[in-house]
Amino acid sequence: MRAVRLNPCPSVVEDLHSIYPALELRGIEKRFGAVHANRGVSMSVAAGSIHGLIGENGAGKSTLMNIVYGFHQPDAGEILVNGKRVTLPAPHAAIAAGIGMVHQHFMLVENFSVLENVVLGAEGGRRLAGGLAAARAALEKLGRDYGLEVPLDAVVSELPVGLQQRVEILKALYRGAEILILDEPTAVLTPQETTQFFQMLARLREQGKAVILVTHKLREIMSITDRVTVMRQGAVVGEIATKETTMRELAEKMVGRAVLLKVEKGPAQPGEVLLEAKNLVVRNTNNVTRVKDVSFSLRAGEIVGIAGVAGNGQSELLEALAGMTAPSEGEIRFRGRYLVREQLDPKARRRLGLAHVPEDRLRVGVVARFSAQLNAILGYHDRAAYNRGPLLDRAAIVAGCEAKMQEFDVRPPNPALRLGAFSGGNQQKLVLAREIDADPAVLLVGQPTRGVDIGAIEFIHRRLVALRDAGKAVLLVSVELDEILGLADRILVMNGGEIVGEVAGAAATEEKLGLMMAGVRGEGSA
Amino acid sequence: MSAPRKLPRWAELGLLPLVNLTAALLLSGLVVRLLGESPWAALKLLADGAFGSQEAVGYTLYYATSYIFTGLAVAVAYHAGLFNIGAEGQAYVGGLCTGLVCLGLGTWPFWAVLPLAVAAGAAGGAAWAFIPGWLQARRGSHIVITTIMFNFLAAALMTYLLVNVLIRPGQQSPESREFGPGGVMPPLHELLAKVGLTFASTPLNLSFVLALLAAGFVAVFIWRTRWGYALRVAGENAAAAGYAGISPARVTIGAMLLSGALAGGLGLNELMGAQHRILIDFPGGAGFVGIAVALMGRNRPLGVIGAAILFGALAQGGSQLSFDMPKVNRDMVVVIQGLVILFCGALENVFRGPLARLLGQREGGA
Amino acid sequence: METYTLIVLTLAATIRVATPLLLAALAGMFSERSGVIDLGLEGKMLGAAFAAAAVSAVTGSAWLGLAAGVGTALLLGLLLGFACITHRGNQVVAAMAINIMVAGLGPTLALAWFNLGGQTPQLDGPGQRFAGLVWPWAQQAREAPVPGLLYAELLSGHNLIVYVALALVPLSAWVLYRTRFGLRLRAVGENPLAVDTAGISVNGLRYQAVLISGLLCGVAGTYLSTAASAGFVRDMTAGKGYLALAALIFGKWKPWPTLGACLLFAFTDALATRLQGVELPLVGVVPVQFILALPYALTVLLLAGFVGKAVAPKAIGVPYSKDK
Repeated sequence: MRAVRLNPCPSVVEDLHSIYPALELRGIEKRFGAVHANRGVSMSVAAGSIHGLIGENGAGKSTLMNIVYGFHQPDAGEILVNGKRVTLPAPHAAIAAGIGMVHQHFMLVENFSVLENVVLGAEGGRRLAGGLAAARAALEKLGRDYGLEVPLDAVVSELPVGLQQRVEILKALYRGAEILILDEPTAVLTPQETTQFFQMLARLREQGKAVILVTHKLREIMSITDRVTVMRQGAVVGEIATKETTMRELAEKMVGRAVLLKVEKGPAQPGEVLLEAKNLVVRNTNNVTRVKDVSFSLRAGEIVGIAGVAGNGQSELLEALAGMTAPSEGEIRFRGRYLVREQLDPKARRRLGLAHVPEDRLRVGVVARFSAQLNAILGYHDRAAYNRGPLLDRAAIVAGCEAKMQEFDVRPPNPALRLGAFSGGNQQKLVLAREIDADPAVLLVGQPTRGVDIGAIEFIHRRLVALRDAGKAVLLVSVELDEILGLADRILVMNGGEIVGEVAGAAATEEKLGLMMAGVRGEGSA
Repeated sequence: MSAPRKLPRWAELGLLPLVNLTAALLLSGLVVRLLGESPWAALKLLADGAFGSQEAVGYTLYYATSYIFTGLAVAVAYHAGLFNIGAEGQAYVGGLCTGLVCLGLGTWPFWAVLPLAVAAGAAGGAAWAFIPGWLQARRGSHIVITTIMFNFLAAALMTYLLVNVLIRPGQQSPESREFGPGGVMPPLHELLAKVGLTFASTPLNLSFVLALLAAGFVAVFIWRTRWGYALRVAGENAAAAGYAGISPARVTIGAMLLSGALAGGLGLNELMGAQHRILIDFPGGAGFVGIAVALMGRNRPLGVIGAAILFGALAQGGSQLSFDMPKVNRDMVVVIQGLVILFCGALENVFRGPLARLLGQREGGA
Repeated sequence: METYTLIVLTLAATIRVATPLLLAALAGMFSERSGVIDLGLEGKMLGAAFAAAAVSAVTGSAWLGLAAGVGTALLLGLLLGFACITHRGNQVVAAMAINIMVAGLGPTLALAWFNLGGQTPQLDGPGQRFAGLVWPWAQQAREAPVPGLLYAELLSGHNLIVYVALALVPLSAWVLYRTRFGLRLRAVGENPLAVDTAGISVNGLRYQAVLISGLLCGVAGTYLSTAASAGFVRDMTAGKGYLALAALIFGKWKPWPTLGACLLFAFTDALATRLQGVELPLVGVVPVQFILALPYALTVLLLAGFVGKAVAPKAIGVPYSKDK
């Protein structure tokens, strides 16, 4: 059995580090079928540094990091750790080579305790008792050294995400990781928590660790990293010292052309109230309250943004408004109808003019194995336009899909193609087309640009603004502050299931929203 | 390893099942060899026993009729994302209801009994499938386990009824009295005789036509109607169904009702068509063969019909085989059924990859 | 006094009926805790029962029979693993295939080899079966009625496999909760991705689990044909594999509660045998089918959440793939 290397604080950075980079990749190639995920990727990460890895969705960052972690095998290329060539056939080899990884979706056994999660795979013997005791002592020390205290006997599923993330980092450090890969670690943190998190990263850097920060947030790259590698379409398009570059330069490298970082839009002209939520309370299946007493209204001709760190009740609020779940208390009024009392399902709400683009497109918004044309009628499949008597009208379905593909520039414009074969951006355009095509009065949109390339992001943002300008109302839920700041005319901030404040779009700043996202009550709160 | 490869449609629906079937038959041949008989001779006997004469064909199609019903039952549930292992029990209870109608109304004219018998069989099968469906939809109880349990419960219930209630007075074996003439499904050779065609006298009966009609109905319902669309959406992606305003719970219950009703058709063939009485264990494993039939037929009605005829041929040819080869008994047919399920169902990915490579297909998109 | 004798005898019968259930349920526990649904208990047991009886009949050794039974069940477990773990086939389908195949294969081979209409020869030679182990002074103890009968009938006189099965309960609990293997096993059934990223082979763990399941099913099947009865007959498991699965669910995938469920189910069986045709006060004759159906009905009620709640391992039934 491989030994657990406990090496929490080497006081002196070894000489080795100054000669060889902690991690070096040379010419990494990886194909998945027809997808060329990594094309000759080379990068070099120094010990005692924080190295940013940035790129659009599908640029190949995750594939590359999974190769470094031994999760995938490269088709060609070499990996060197401290100047020595290593082969990493599986994660255990990467762990043995001192590589640790914190995945974007945590790799934790939810019904295990923190301690059990940390020792899993590094138990230190066939019998548990000894290993657990040793691990407890070691973890308490690690926690003190790095400011990573976690209640060791708590069951993981009962911890907030921030603490779960700490468990993941502890897992890596406990295994003696000298190279730490963090995949989109700040997605679950408020701006203030992010600041603390970065302080912790800085401490790891001082201890001589090599930290790789994978992110798509340019701001984070600028604020914490020493060097940054930019990837586009599977290849490295630049490796630069962070202080010698700018956000604009990085963005252009990422996309391959000049980009607008801001959406062009005129002032809003709000009209009548279309959608009104009153004292909504939503509980999940475990009877935990996820939305607490939320009230707000949405007017024609405006985009209202709901900001918040992921997991603060926005998703549940959106689903309750769309009719996917029933609120336990409160009422939703939509153009004079009482949606809760009348128990209207999503189909009935769509008929009334309340359309919905869900947050999790692939899991919720489409059926990936169905053709595009069958996806283009999802939720509208019992409309008269698509039916003739008891049978579906195939010709009408195909024609409808072709028209939507044309208007929203979905490529390739082939209605018979399996939806899963389209890119994320084109899938999202088709979903948007489906929902907008029915001419709704209100559009509920969750994370409209998640997993979408920059070209499609611009298109989608323009369509949302156009919808607003046509006198419709848009409720936009997004965890991307930039998106909220760029699009919303009014911003509601959610924390812990409550709306903690409201800010006019023009007056909003990231700092102000960040404080509110952390739970500090802002002006105009209910 | 990458995601399972994609095959072109014709290969997915035609070539792959054929390859899987061939593998199952090859292994079956090996078993026959092990028994000390010649696989080739066995295959010839089997084919001859199944298709060699009008009588053989009649019996083959008679068995196939039952398998079409149960195969469709499994297939419909499958499209709703449900694995219905309970076709056996549903057929049992459905058959009971059909049988009760025939016992009670045996003096009525057949054409008056038929719709009632069909409705009763469908209702009985649907009722027995409803409870597992409801439990899955509303209480989250794993339908595979509950349908298995319901098979045992159906068996216990039927044994009790036949031993204690329905048994013909003065009779030892647990079976009911004979149906009246109104409860007898006209054999196909009699119907054909009416239009001047002669066919050997076999148990093949009108239910074969009803089974084909049922297959046609399933084809149209699943692929051409909005309800079928809703059912398939819920089966593929329950979250997307909820988003689209399709209640996955309602689809689950509805699909199980339809599935059970189809399984309930078995009694038409077995009881009204062949036995003319209710007797113990009349489904005889047809519910489980239905799983094999659905898998082999890729859950499509035409495929189900083809696979049902294949399994009917196995059942019929198998009897012939055990007659002529003393070392091979009818259990060999069960072995072949098991191997077909193994290769067409559990091991389907084994040949998909090599086939895809052979055909030069590449999986596009990640 | 007569009632007391009756109770002790019924309890002793309960233990004998519970033994194959317990072995199979513990087998299922290891497999399902690793995330592999084990509907194949029935087939593995039946295959083992046939192999054990056949080999014992030919060689005259119950121990060689045991080896053959275990070997057969291990092979079937490997087949299940090949289909479901290596090739990510549907676990339910694979298990059904094995159950059906074995149900046909046993009688087929028995006919070809022994020509007795699908059975194996009667095992009546010395050493062909696992005989009861009579504890010291059991015969004498019978004289002292109350504790003596308990000792002689309930504790003493069972065969080795019965005692092994009972000893396996604390052993399984220890393995599951106190060892590295147990920790990993519990983890892989909940979140295989977490296990994989922790540097442990998911498939390796699952193969170990299905092999343990095969081993225990092999013992259970051997018990059926060479201890509980004297030879293999067609369909001799008669749904015991499914009943064991029900007991496992009833025991919430935990060793001690599973033992309780097995004893409960076995008790209903022993009771049904005792009550066959017996007129009871108030209710009259209870149809034996209803008592026999009780375990299935109870399991359905449990699954429905009407009596407690059974939460299966989260990743059960889902073939593991890195790419999701």
